[in-house]
Amino acid sequence: MSKEIWVWAEQRQGRLMPVSLELLGKGQELSRKLGGKVAAVLMGAEVRELAAELLEHGCEKVYVAEDPILSLYQSGPYGNLLAGYIEESKPEIVLWGATSVGGELAAWVAARLRTGLTAHCIDLYIDDIKGKPQLVQVVPGWGGNLALKIVCDTTPQMATVKPGVMAEAPRTKAQGEILPLAVEIKGGDFRAETIEIVEEELEERPLEEAKIVVAGGWGLNSLGSFELVGELAKVLGGAVGGTRPALDKGWITESSLIGQSGKTVSPDLFISLGASGAAQFTTGFEKAKVILAVEQNPQAPIFEIADIGIVGDLKSILPLLIQELKKGL
Amino acid sequence: MALNIVVCIKQVPDPEHFSKVSLDPVTKTISREGIPAIINPLDKNALEEGLRIKEKFSAKVAVITMGPPQARRALEEALAMGADEAFLLCDKAFAAADTLGTACALAPGIQKIGHFDLVLCGNETVDSGTGQVGPQIAQFLNIPYLTKVKEIAFDEERTLIVKRGLEQGYMRVRVKLPALLAVNKEINKPRLTTAFGIIAAAEKEIKAFDCRELGVDPNDVGISGSPTRVVETFQRVSQRRREVIYGSPEEAVKKTTERLKEFGALVQ
Repeated sequence: MSKEIWVWAEQRQGRLMPVSLELLGKGQELSRKLGGKVAAVLMGAEVRELAAELLEHGCEKVYVAEDPILSLYQSGPYGNLLAGYIEESKPEIVLWGATSVGGELAAWVAARLRTGLTAHCIDLYIDDIKGKPQLVQVVPGWGGNLALKIVCDTTPQMATVKPGVMAEAPRTKAQGEILPLAVEIKGGDFRAETIEIVEEELEERPLEEAKIVVAGGWGLNSLGSFELVGELAKVLGGAVGGTRPALDKGWITESSLIGQSGKTVSPDLFISLGASGAAQFTTGFEKAKVILAVEQNPQAPIFEIADIGIVGDLKSILPLLIQELKKGL
Repeated sequence: MALNIVVCIKQVPDPEHFSKVSLDPVTKTISREGIPAIINPLDKNALEEGLRIKEKFSAKVAVITMGPPQARRALEEALAMGADEAFLLCDKAFAAADTLGTACALAPGIQKIGHFDLVLCGNETVDSGTGQVGPQIAQFLNIPYLTKVKEIAFDEERTLIVKRGLEQGYMRVRVKLPALLAVNKEINKPRLTTAFGIIAAAEKEIKAFDCRELGVDPNDVGISGSPTRVVETFQRVSQRRREVIYGSPEEAVKKTTERLKEFGALVQ
């Protein structure tokens, strides 16, 4: 029997997280090379409709763990159940969405199973490593276009992928099957008990939907403030984002952080201001149609990945750029 | 209520100096030269939270790190911020660990310190940013855990009500101690070290443990205890135009605007 590729299909408040369908798309691609079926594991209170949605995107098997107790994400039961299912069915590969919930759950399950887990992969494919087909997990290296290929010597081979990185599995005729899983909740599982999920309306349009994103980094320090980043974004009708140092500096909030531990965006135009181009940042906007970078260090890796680069001082360039673009629109 | 708090910290390259990162044009490798090492920023938030709990209740705050001998500096800074004791897990056998290999050393390290009620750490580091080590330590210690923590409140004596961040909104969770919490930036603003703190820190001892002293099998930690391995570092092909515009700011801006229009990037 050939081994399965599993996708943890996360639902929240009865809705499927979009990354689940993106992982499914990648899973299908992997299975064409590796063989074996692609299966999704879905947990929640009443999730049959979501299971149908997965089937309509070409999922061959949907394992369903249904119980009212699983309605909200509970780290204890979710982790224990998933580890148990994986131990029993022994899938070859398990893919997880690197959401605020998926990331911790995958890490915990990996520790429990004593297997490897590669975080925030930007590409996944099957290749022969020492004569054995293995999952090659590509993650960004330090800056520019450097990347690392990682393999895992234990099974299952597990990886997390951030939302927006892979392409969604296309709609197709549903042919797969839904298979129920036993839900056994052990005592002690609720030492951390989720009481409620409070959804908050975002103050601004989500960064991911903006056609133009203007992001600032540490280099804005020379201007003493982040104000002009906002002004440029306003002139262009775009959204504001930033790097990790910009977040540490208090210039942006967590929801505007772009990169490996923040958002992945794919706007028509991405403008990077005063960022050197650490891969932790640049992987967050790789799919932008056009990238403009302004940075004063001519050696900075950001210029390796930009369409247009201006080497120079933000203090003189940024006001001029705002002025010029105001005129042109 | 006397609480024993352990804060896990990591020494990382300072992100404020990431602009000094440069690509060697020949080897295409990254030069980290001249980048100072600091305590991972979110780990400072974790320490701050531990210190605040200590100020409210009676508590003892220990800091622990795994790293090379120079990681002592990070511990010294943590002691100067107000931590009571510090522990360094240092052994060649710990080197080149992935998250599992790291958690395999930190979990026994935390147990070695003694009885603990609360383990705090930053949600992720600025250098590798996986956010995996916290949950993995919790698994090895068999304690409940939460990540992306932005608010901690005491409910009953050994029960916390914690707010953890989500993509849109938050989750409220009741957690029984002992537990591990990985904190976000929003939770607090870390204090600065004071001269008094630095003087007080000089009196405090940093205890170091190697693999044998921890009673850990060298095969479970470091590179041997890490199931994932890097098989290749490579340069990804950039499809970008990589056009660098020089000249006076006026000229550069004018040319850039022309290019943006050409590429149709300004159409909304």
